[in-house]
Amino acid sequence: MTATARPLLLNDFDAAASRKRCMGFRRRILDVSQTVTALHIAPAFSCMEIADTVYNGLMRRKDDGSSDDVFLMSKGHGCMAQYAILEYLGVLANGELDRYCTAHGELGAHPDYGVPGIEASTGSLGHGLAMAVGMAIAERNKKSGATVYAILSDGEIQEGSTWEAIMMASSLGLTNLVMLVDNNNFQSLGQTHLTHPSFYPLDDKFRAFQWECETVNGHDAAAMFQAVTSREGKGPFALVCKTTKGKGVSYMEGVPIWHYRSPNPEEYKTALDELTEISG
Amino acid sequence: MRNHFAETLYAKGVEDPRIHVVVADISPAGSMGKFREEFPERFINTGVAEQAMIGICAGLALKGMRPFAYTIATFSLYRPFEMVRDDLCYQNLPVTVVGIGGGVIYSTLGGTHYAQEDVAIAASIPNMTVIAPSDPLETVAATEYCAAESQGPVYLRLGKAGEPVLTEGAVDPWRFGKLRRIQTGDDVLILSYGVTMRHASQVAQRLRDSGRSVSLVAASTLKPFDKEGAAALIKAHKHVIVIEEMVPRGGLASEIKQLAWDIGATARIDTHTLKDEFVHCYGSHDDILAEHGISVEKIVAQAAA
Repeated sequence: MTATARPLLLNDFDAAASRKRCMGFRRRILDVSQTVTALHIAPAFSCMEIADTVYNGLMRRKDDGSSDDVFLMSKGHGCMAQYAILEYLGVLANGELDRYCTAHGELGAHPDYGVPGIEASTGSLGHGLAMAVGMAIAERNKKSGATVYAILSDGEIQEGSTWEAIMMASSLGLTNLVMLVDNNNFQSLGQTHLTHPSFYPLDDKFRAFQWECETVNGHDAAAMFQAVTSREGKGPFALVCKTTKGKGVSYMEGVPIWHYRSPNPEEYKTALDELTEISG
Repeated sequence: MRNHFAETLYAKGVEDPRIHVVVADISPAGSMGKFREEFPERFINTGVAEQAMIGICAGLALKGMRPFAYTIATFSLYRPFEMVRDDLCYQNLPVTVVGIGGGVIYSTLGGTHYAQEDVAIAASIPNMTVIAPSDPLETVAATEYCAAESQGPVYLRLGKAGEPVLTEGAVDPWRFGKLRRIQTGDDVLILSYGVTMRHASQVAQRLRDSGRSVSLVAASTLKPFDKEGAAALIKAHKHVIVIEEMVPRGGLASEIKQLAWDIGATARIDTHTLKDEFVHCYGSHDDILAEHGISVEKIVAQAAA
């Protein structure tokens, strides 16, 4: 319940290093994909740069590498991106990711509270933002100075529960809450702008609920870092991150089957050959 | 009950800054108003947004707080059910979900406001504890437990206001997870919980007046259920009467019958529950219970038959 002993400074954020990391994370996820028949590969590639920007840029770290800031993966099906980063940070034990979705491992296809680095169990959409609001209230009342970062899919913004949380966050003036929307414009039955023409634009809707909001390229880590760190901070902040589902592998980009399927050995090889550093 | 709950919660809130109250647009009567005035940062009103109420409680608990979600039972448990299940129970968080007016107590408001299945629904979820205090004194004890001791989620079913004190001078003290003998006898065993403890108490008196020896027992902790205590009590009596303001499946009545089978009990067992029906009538709480077949007269008559 005490405030942190010393002020935490924002890490230096090196966009080139982020690009290199994200390429490595995508490779790692592709490797894991060869051990299972299915994993949410495209949703993870969609939010790869967003997750890296939060973990390796925005979250302030103490000398021991820990952070009071919170990362909540509300779009639980994107957790391969989170696992790859937690492994890189040494939060997940070495080899744990190799036991993904096996009887002797602890990592499943959705994040589970109790696993190191997992702040909340998600997977059912529309739960994360209200939990993030509760966390932000708790941190404010503890005067910890911590900021809560939640990654939401655009699909889960269709949940009414998300809008209840959006209303609450701004009504409570939660300046320590940042929502990052992985706006890949895809859901199971097609492109959202076609299935639900009134869904976009999102930023106007967030602003109407008194959120501060910016829209950026969600594969441009530097732009996301800049937008979040330069926010006014009078209330909660929403970053609409324009992304491509399956980003980085040409045959996966915008193709619904890759929401869940694992590539076969040949497709895997093609994917590895294609991967490059993505600069937005 | 509501007022005793609020007074106790306020007192615990003074001692413990982890106590937060998250309500969904319900009037903060009595001491709840005092909590709101004195601890505005720990009193959150989501408005008519019950999913956010539960989700926010989960987030608070994930960061070390001990929140209470508080509104009418149908809205605290049914509307945000998946949040109760996933956010609270799956993550096993110390959040108390308070259901005001469990059963058919909102007798003039109709079926949309009856939580007649609440105990079965709540008790079916792993990790969930279910407590339904039987009078204002038990409400104080149960609220203290929820505020300070519970290790996971609790569904706390309360009545409204004006319930009589029924457990003063009881044989046993209130203890979490234990059946509580209010009065002891050796012929008839009457088990109930919640607001219908009043009916149970009246039935006990009537049977005693007619010369029977009666044990009156409060089963305020429905889950975890005190099977050992119940088995011993069933074995020690010839005739068991269960009175329960809840649908026939998944509550005390079915628990007792199942247990009686498991232990090879020979006692006669009469159960009086709500019907597996929606009723479409209005009136007093007793009127609606009577429509469901629960009345002191009827229970006494059946016991004598």
